Amino acid sequence: MTFYGYERPDGRVGVRNYVLILPASVCASDTTRIVAQQVNGAVTFNNQQGCSQVESDQQLTMDVMAGYAANPNVYGTVVVSLGCENCQMDLVVKAIQERTNKPLKQVIIQEVGGTLKAVDIAVRYAKEMAAEASLLQKKEFPMSELIVGTECGGSDPTSGLAANPVIGELSDRLVKDGGCSILSETTEFIGAEHILAKRAATPEVHDRILEIVRRYEKALRLVGEEVREGNPSPGNKAGGITTLEEKSLGCIHKGGHSPVMAVYDYAKQVKAKGGLVIMDTPGNDPSSVAAMAAGGAQVVVFSSGRGSPTGNPIVPVVKITGNKLTFAKMEDNIDLDASPLIYGEKTLEELGGELYELVRQVACGRQTKAEALGFTEMAIARVCNYV
Amino acid sequence: MLNAMRIDPADNVVVAIEPIAKGEVVEFDADGEVRQLTALEDITIYHKLACRDIPQGEPVIKYGQHIGSAVTDIKTGQHVHVHNVESHSENLD
Repeated sequence: MTFYGYERPDGRVGVRNYVLILPASVCASDTTRIVAQQVNGAVTFNNQQGCSQVESDQQLTMDVMAGYAANPNVYGTVVVSLGCENCQMDLVVKAIQERTNKPLKQVIIQEVGGTLKAVDIAVRYAKEMAAEASLLQKKEFPMSELIVGTECGGSDPTSGLAANPVIGELSDRLVKDGGCSILSETTEFIGAEHILAKRAATPEVHDRILEIVRRYEKALRLVGEEVREGNPSPGNKAGGITTLEEKSLGCIHKGGHSPVMAVYDYAKQVKAKGGLVIMDTPGNDPSSVAAMAAGGAQVVVFSSGRGSPTGNPIVPVVKITGNKLTFAKMEDNIDLDASPLIYGEKTLEELGGELYELVRQVACGRQTKAEALGFTEMAIARVCNYV
Repeated sequence: MLNAMRIDPADNVVVAIEPIAKGEVVEFDADGEVRQLTALEDITIYHKLACRDIPQGEPVIKYGQHIGSAVTDIKTGQHVHVHNVESHSENLD
């Protein structure tokens, strides 16, 4: 199987062709919004970070910014900074250039003489980039060029019964075809981490899986919280979930049955053609999706029992539900109904095949429901409070 | 009509995909063949019931994996939940 995508100068393949107007901090975010509104083909997001962070926290923000600019769905990037933020322009530019050699322009608001001048310059840069991007012709590529992120949010019992196993089937097919699938949401491995660790390809990966879970638990203990206590929640139990292992097993089904080849920290660059890998992300959907986009995922597949609108500025997000009532109620938000698996009307292989074909079509340019509605919400993970 | 789902052939529980009343026949697909058992209790939708007898101390298996162990003998058709299953995770380390 193949798809048609955009070849980038760094050798990666995009499935969209955006110009990213990248705010280096919260103080540049309104400016980038104005710039992106002015240029067809430009995208941006509201960066609530970029300043007054401790080092490890700032690193998460830097990795998301650099990863977004490097994501192959982006043709080129115009970075806009205020000038005095901790995420200084030279640091952001260096972080981007360590990941990619794609077109890159910079505008520092305090240096060019305020918002209006910065907007003028940035719009001209972006307009020029969008014009260059529009000349690019798509080419045919094997599915092995795809990195697909997987996510679940607004889960209900049908997520573990149908939607997540169907995503697992997609993941296995993509891995078999030489591609890469990312399993995310460390908080939702807890209780099943020993099962996941058994699937590690090497002893190092095994230890890393246990390490990211322990690290997460330790970070939460610092603020007096214990993940395993009170989990599964009373709501989970009422829904039929008995133990934490059971809850987490439903989540890790998104990773199918392939061996786990690597574990990546939040928003780090994922190697293409790397098989099934894990990224250490929160269960929070917009920040987990953002990390996988920063890691280089060109498409994210997202299961939701209750129905979720989540999109992303640079990556199409494909929604799937195992709940037929949710699909009927929220068809405007959900791309695929996996409930026929529960009722024996379709097999896992059939639905996995349907989802794989849908991902292929989305890679070729088909709009997801979230794209059609213009949803681009995202968040960046934090390690601690502002300083 | 199917009213329960077996997720993995190794599982000793099935999941109700409709509300099931005590005494009702439970039907689920097992590799293309419909299997039947009788519900010994009312089962809420998406809750589990045993599709094999599970002796006390034996693992409860869903998704082909251990999700806990039986704290009492559980008979085929009985509700499987927090009252008769305990988590394994405390004993991992």
